[in-house]
Amino acid sequence: MTHILELPTYLDQDDAVKDRFARLKQRPIALEVKNLSKTFETTGGTVTALKDINFKTHKREFVCVIGPSGCGKSTLIRILAGLESPTSGEVLLDGKAVHGPGPDRGMVFQGYTLFPWLTVKRNVMFGLLQSGHSREHAEEDARQWIDLVGLTKFVDSYPHQLSGGMKQRVAIARALANQPGILLMDEPFGALDAQTRIKMQTYLMDIWKNIDITILFITHDLDEAIYLADRILVLKAHPGEVQELIEVPVPQPRSPEQLLSPEFLATKKRLEELIHPPQEGDEINGDHMNMVRMVPVDHEVESVF
Amino acid sequence: MPAKSRFFVTILSFLLPVLLWSLISYVPWLWHPKVEISDPGAVAYFKQGMLVDTELFDKETLKQEASGKALPEGRPANPIYLPAPHEVVVAFYTAFTTEPKRRSEKWLHESLWQSIQVIFWGFFLSSLVGVPLGILAGTYDFFSRLFEPFIEFFRYLPAPVFGALAVAILGIHEAPKIAIIFIGTFFQQVLIVSNTTRKLDPSLLEAAQTLGANNKALLLKVVIPGILPDLYRDLRILLGWAWTYLIVAELIGASSGITWFITQQARYKNFDNVFAAIMIIGIIGLTTDLILAALSKRIFPWQRNAAGA
Repeated sequence: MTHILELPTYLDQDDAVKDRFARLKQRPIALEVKNLSKTFETTGGTVTALKDINFKTHKREFVCVIGPSGCGKSTLIRILAGLESPTSGEVLLDGKAVHGPGPDRGMVFQGYTLFPWLTVKRNVMFGLLQSGHSREHAEEDARQWIDLVGLTKFVDSYPHQLSGGMKQRVAIARALANQPGILLMDEPFGALDAQTRIKMQTYLMDIWKNIDITILFITHDLDEAIYLADRILVLKAHPGEVQELIEVPVPQPRSPEQLLSPEFLATKKRLEELIHPPQEGDEINGDHMNMVRMVPVDHEVESVF
Repeated sequence: MPAKSRFFVTILSFLLPVLLWSLISYVPWLWHPKVEISDPGAVAYFKQGMLVDTELFDKETLKQEASGKALPEGRPANPIYLPAPHEVVVAFYTAFTTEPKRRSEKWLHESLWQSIQVIFWGFFLSSLVGVPLGILAGTYDFFSRLFEPFIEFFRYLPAPVFGALAVAILGIHEAPKIAIIFIGTFFQQVLIVSNTTRKLDPSLLEAAQTLGANNKALLLKVVIPGILPDLYRDLRILLGWAWTYLIVAELIGASSGITWFITQQARYKNFDNVFAAIMIIGIIGLTTDLILAALSKRIFPWQRNAAGA
């Protein structure tokens, strides 16, 4: 017999959580996305990657963006960073429209993108020097940020001498050093192993708690999204549209034990429904394996069950 | 492969050709199509030290045998153009110590120095223009479309065909030779450098943009340092090509440098000197490359495999 747990609905919030969301929505708006659409011209015709996206994030809020593959979440974050331009709509940061990339929006990429020819310290100094700080000031600042992510011992190391988790911490320090209004993170922990990822999530929460920063975080890992986010923006694919903006009912501050709490599981159940809806069409569309039994009838292990 | 056996195989890669050469030179029945006369006997036109075909020698020997006169004597030998290894080793030393036959001619080390200067200036001038153009073409679509089609066309024109033109314009001395090396290197260089530039990870440029880098900073602080190790490796390979153009270049106008030395020595039939000079080119090339490879480890400490290909 399989037991299915009776879960509360993800919409149930206890008083503390409810109160927190009420206060969160009173905060000034950090980022506003208005009627954002993006279409690509391909040889096969016009592809709509994003269609009429609208949402707001408040100051010091942690928003995760999640969705099935092909929902355009990477396109969305690249538009927010200014690396791509929207077909229509606009992006407002602190009420001002943004065009093109700039240091007011920090970005952390999945592929680390540290400059391999610069030491950890020089990598973190890069943005500071670009915005016209003196070398001394930049160096002093860089040391503080590196200390904040716990890599003081590695200030003079080159990126290839660091592990994946350490590289990503440098990338976070490098983005934060510019003191951007928002930190955009594009599946930053996607390339890390499970253990390192959990550690990095904890680091990131600590950073977020202690620094004036709004975070927009893209992931395809449901647990990661629920564990980190105040609110989760769920996108759907073809075309990429906002499906739901979920207020995560798991109380703050978060801890790993909450991964098994009823609110957490209820939220996860909802996300599963939204992202992996039962698809009856799969068999008909030919998306299945042609599996035949390739074990002899007289095999010593006749059945795996 | 373990370091020890790697070293051994490297030695072996040089030993094998030398071994083959030694076999052909020292084992009489392997090739030796000639006979070196040690005693002409009764054959009127044989002289001591003369090299004759084995067939001719045998024919004359039979002829003398039939008429009962003194038989010629000799030992199997290789043609004059294939000196034995030990002769070349000796020539390595004597080529440097032998005074030129005429006062206007140059010592070997002077010829070599002349060649090295021609290579240096040709390659330096080519890089001075070619590397910046290549980086521009690799970075900006506009420059790529402006430069590359014509360069693609021009690189198919063999550099030596410009020899006569270069002499007509630049005179007969060093200038046209430098020009040939320039032409031979430059067009390939622009294309190779632009390709290397294009291979730079675009996400590094994006990261720099989100950190506030403007176009100038992208070029100077990201593109150039980012491609530097690969650029260095490209230049090492191109320098090898420049040497191949040297020989052609030096035959243009007033023959000079190591090529002049080689042709002159071949004219005197000093083939041991010819071989020695050819090997000196190889040794100079290989040594420069090894030094440059070792240097790259120091210049680019962030490269895991700084020695590269």
